[in-house]
Amino acid sequence: MMPHTPEWLQVLASLGLVLVAAAVSRWQSLDLEKDLAVSSLRAFVQLTAIGYALEFVFAANQPGLILLIVAVMTGLAGWTSGGRAQGIPQAKSLALLSIGFGSWLTLGSLVLLGIFPFTAQMVIPVAGMVVGNAMNVNSLVMSRVRDELSSQRGSIEAALALGAPWYKAVAPHLKKALTAGMMPIIDSTKTVGLIQLPGAMTGIILAGGSPLKAVQLQMVVMYMLMGTAALTAFAAAWLASRAFFTPAEQLIEIQRPSAP
Amino acid sequence: MTYAIRLEHLNLALQGKSILHDLTFGIKTETVTCVMGPSGSGKSTLLRCCNRLAEPPVGSIFLNEHDITTLPVRTLRRRVGMVAQRPALFPGTVWANLAYPAQVHGQPFTHAQACDLLNQVDLDPEQYLQQDVQTLSGGEAQRVALVRTMANNPEVLLLDEPTAALDPTSTRLVEAALLNIQQQRSLTMLWISHDPSQVLRVGSYVFLLVQGRLRDQGTPQHVFRADSAHAVKQFAEGKWS
Repeated sequence: MMPHTPEWLQVLASLGLVLVAAAVSRWQSLDLEKDLAVSSLRAFVQLTAIGYALEFVFAANQPGLILLIVAVMTGLAGWTSGGRAQGIPQAKSLALLSIGFGSWLTLGSLVLLGIFPFTAQMVIPVAGMVVGNAMNVNSLVMSRVRDELSSQRGSIEAALALGAPWYKAVAPHLKKALTAGMMPIIDSTKTVGLIQLPGAMTGIILAGGSPLKAVQLQMVVMYMLMGTAALTAFAAAWLASRAFFTPAEQLIEIQRPSAP
Repeated sequence: MTYAIRLEHLNLALQGKSILHDLTFGIKTETVTCVMGPSGSGKSTLLRCCNRLAEPPVGSIFLNEHDITTLPVRTLRRRVGMVAQRPALFPGTVWANLAYPAQVHGQPFTHAQACDLLNQVDLDPEQYLQQDVQTLSGGEAQRVALVRTMANNPEVLLLDEPTAALDPTSTRLVEAALLNIQQQRSLTMLWISHDPSQVLRVGSYVFLLVQGRLRDQGTPQHVFRADSAHAVKQFAEGKWS
């Protein structure tokens, strides 16, 4: 079966549905027409740009270029996730480290085990999923660590006052943060295929691939995302915790963002 | 005269705000010294500096004439124990709490040691050792917190209003437990209290801290005399101008 993908004319035709959305917005006075127009245009420009960029990268298939692109993805993810983790000292560097740790270790294992070949066409889309997932996990875990350490200050200082090292003083309080980071992927792995067909699988089926092949790929994707989540959550929890202690193992004042 | 803890021109600012000003005084070895003062006068911060939960400047606090900032911090915290106003027990049994100090230092902890500790604070080991800490009363929890600290066998005990959250009966029980331990082990205690009758019962010396400065000092018997014009007495009686 030949894969069926839309041509530019058909893409243009699908814009008709955006016009329908805009009409509904106007009719219901939702005042969303401008947002609809801007987001549609942005999607068009961004996706066209990335499409041409990927055409070039896939054609070149240079290992150095692949690594550079994955590094840029990781850097952007660290910057974004660290920016969200308010009140954590050196949040951006720590986010970069934990996302890098979780995603590069996963990607490295997938390539070394021969699950994916080291080609641009395989590594870059997979890296997108892995790094994106690591970014979300890192944001969740870091903010949870901050909140736990702030609310459990009495218990942590009691442990420190007994001569416990900082890592033993925080260990019981990291469980909630680690769980928070792991739960979304565990939940979506549990219901995968029942509630919705996940993206990678849908992509293969739409492109005309066999559903069973699509399922195999999806399994690899889910398992690799669980690995990424665990590794990133682990690194994020410990790195963020350490950032709240001075060299003399004093728990610093924790600034929590005010409620919106 | 030897001092277990000696402060020398201790100044401390936290987040740009000056908390302690030029404190110079000593806590005599094997005595109970009380600290009184209004809320926000820096009493708790002073205690936290003594076990480095807050960081004092180099050369301002000495433990048996050793600058505490030169000691390994975990060793210091085992030698200078602390009991807070709230017991902050760890979830689990009394046994788990008592074993915690030994456990984090990788040392053995025996049933006999746990029984000995509980006996020192008048808690029956048979009844309490396997009890969940959530079922303890405030006074019982505070006594468990006290012996958990004593499991490290400290030389100095810092007490941050250890009875402030307790009813009068529990207060007396905790007080008795503390004095019993102090005498048995020849401990040095630095005890923050708001209660002049408690200071009279337990203290051999009292300091008054106001806005981070040493305002007054003396023996409780002297400063709380009926005809005393001491600032400590005026503060304790609520006649603070």
